[in-house]
Amino acid sequence: MSQTTQAAVKPPTEPIQQDGPADMNPAAGGDSLLEIRGLEKRFSLSGDFLEQLKFRRGRIVREQQHVHAINGVDLDIRRGESLCVVGESGCGKSTVARTVMGLLRPSAGEIRYDGERIDHLDSKALLPFRQRMQMIFQNPYASLNPRMTIQQTLEEPIRLHHPDWKPQQVVDKVHEVMSSVGIAPDWGSRYGHEFSGGQRQRIAIARALAVDPEFIVADEPISALDVSIQAQVLNLLMEAQREHHLTYLFITHDLAVVEHFGTRVAVMYLGRVCEVAPTATLFARPRHPYTQALMSAIPRLEDDRPQHLRLQGEVPTPVNLPSGCVFHGRCPHANERCRREIPRLITTDEGGQVACHGVEEGRLS
Amino acid sequence: MALLDVNHLDVRFALRQGDVKALRDVSFSLDRGERLGIVGESGAGKSVAAFSLLNLIAKPGYIAGGSITFDGQELTGLGERALRKVRGHRISMIFQDPMMTLNPVLSIGEQMVECLKAHRRISSKEARAISLRKLEQVQIPSPEKRLDQYPHELSGGMRQRIIIAIALLLDPDIIIADEPTTALDVTIQAEIMALLLELCEKHNVGLILITHDLGVVSQVTQRMLVMYAGRVIEQGPTREIINDPQHPYTQGLINALPQMATPGERLNQIRGSMPSLSQLPSGCPFHPRCDFTQRHDGSERTPCKTEVPAFVRSGNCEVACHMVAELQDAERIVAEEDNS
Repeated sequence: MSQTTQAAVKPPTEPIQQDGPADMNPAAGGDSLLEIRGLEKRFSLSGDFLEQLKFRRGRIVREQQHVHAINGVDLDIRRGESLCVVGESGCGKSTVARTVMGLLRPSAGEIRYDGERIDHLDSKALLPFRQRMQMIFQNPYASLNPRMTIQQTLEEPIRLHHPDWKPQQVVDKVHEVMSSVGIAPDWGSRYGHEFSGGQRQRIAIARALAVDPEFIVADEPISALDVSIQAQVLNLLMEAQREHHLTYLFITHDLAVVEHFGTRVAVMYLGRVCEVAPTATLFARPRHPYTQALMSAIPRLEDDRPQHLRLQGEVPTPVNLPSGCVFHGRCPHANERCRREIPRLITTDEGGQVACHGVEEGRLS
Repeated sequence: MALLDVNHLDVRFALRQGDVKALRDVSFSLDRGERLGIVGESGAGKSVAAFSLLNLIAKPGYIAGGSITFDGQELTGLGERALRKVRGHRISMIFQDPMMTLNPVLSIGEQMVECLKAHRRISSKEARAISLRKLEQVQIPSPEKRLDQYPHELSGGMRQRIIIAIALLLDPDIIIADEPTTALDVTIQAEIMALLLELCEKHNVGLILITHDLGVVSQVTQRMLVMYAGRVIEQGPTREIINDPQHPYTQGLINALPQMATPGERLNQIRGSMPSLSQLPSGCPFHPRCDFTQRHDGSERTPCKTEVPAFVRSGNCEVACHMVAELQDAERIVAEEDNS
């Protein structure tokens, strides 16, 4: 099970890193707000140094196991768009979001925001960027401090980023964002538990908007909510985008939401991006076999029986990554090359990018 | 007569602040081999409805009224011993989280054998053989090996397959599945749903599927109930309800789905949120969120605020809505005038 050091899995990802920035995104000009290059994130499973020591064949060796959450992700987020990242649990989509926000430090790779590298900055140097980028979390029951009133919750980020503002200015701003998300400003003295799930998520959105950000990372912002409330919150997010000219990185597993909300979609599988395309293109013609399987699995309202493409097996663990294409074990079209060589993202004629040997060779349409 | 008949079921939870009416006047029936979906948002009472069938609602909950007849036998008021003959045997359940349902310290085989021996007088060897056959039916790779594995060694999708195998173990007449795929990923969800559907059809097992996912309901079930604030507000053939919902809430629920709107445009939202069961509005429980409490001429439809709507027939469906009733009355009057 365990591998000795991480060296075993590392070499294959290097080609991606090297020529990634050069030819990966010919379309991406100066309008990229965020550039992610060769991003990797590993989490150690082995505990501290002493716990890593193992007795093997009469010798003491140091063994480390890692969860390879992201393995060489390249993505560009353009100003004003909503980039949706979809994938199943464990594919690394939330890790991408958290790494972008600086909540996690990447193991390798670069993140550039507005041309400036931000992934290695300390928290003080990151502060001006934190004002420009905000995050909305999945569970509004956990993301609001239960011991703070809504007023305090919303004032906190404003005071942090605008220490020079007068108290009245802060209060005015709080009232402004509360009204903009449909929460009456005189409810400010209430606590989080007095609100329903949908209202809490509105408050979380208000907190993100309070410092006038230009970029918002939303990690499954509606999956904890009921159907009728999901529509309310999605509408609110779209309104906020129009009013404040926001750019979204939207993490979700719900493809119906993606089709409605996203300008472009990135599909992730086991820590890699397997396809990026404009939403309409992706839904009209998914190219990667995994995207095709994912799309066919959405339960539709239409009459026909589920005609979904059945995949063999289940997602492998990100501890021991498969060689070659991470999807080859479940792919009906995999051949020898897929088992050996990691596919690179290639640009398709429809303006998308896909990482699949089959598509590259013309084996798959 | 239907295999399962639920009539005017009332379920309450006795709390210090007084009784909370979790289910009110819920009636439905299920024929042999029929698949019924129960749809609603959290707090609508769909799980309580299913759990109360087998009297699985924990204290302080209790069945305050109504009847549940299964195969001619009244289940309400039945003692634990008699209920155990039905539970897991003739009616079995599949819960949302497979990790919570499986005992982590027993191997899969032990759990299956235990279940068989509790209901039938058979040897362990026979029980193991039956278990193996059921595991083959749910298409688990290398079933022999799984019998000796523990739940934590299996993936989520595999565990849910085991749960389905256990539910089928005693060849039940009805399976109640409470959000069986909510904890799973989309691709696995599609596989599990297809498997459940296939097995129910093959063995003529009835299915009560509880879910919030309208897509799943529309693909798996033949009839559906829509619940809101502890009441059934619409029921009938699934296709008819999905294609032409009558109740404003069902309409709102379907129209709020992202696939019903043009990409990038506003979604059709239902305003407000479901009331808490302890603070139900008077009249129709949906009226504070309803867009149709006013008539076309602007006058108020007062019964919405004062009277709980009774069911009216509409096609093959039953709808509890004053507006639908009023429109039908108006049509009937027009038709009668035409005739005379």
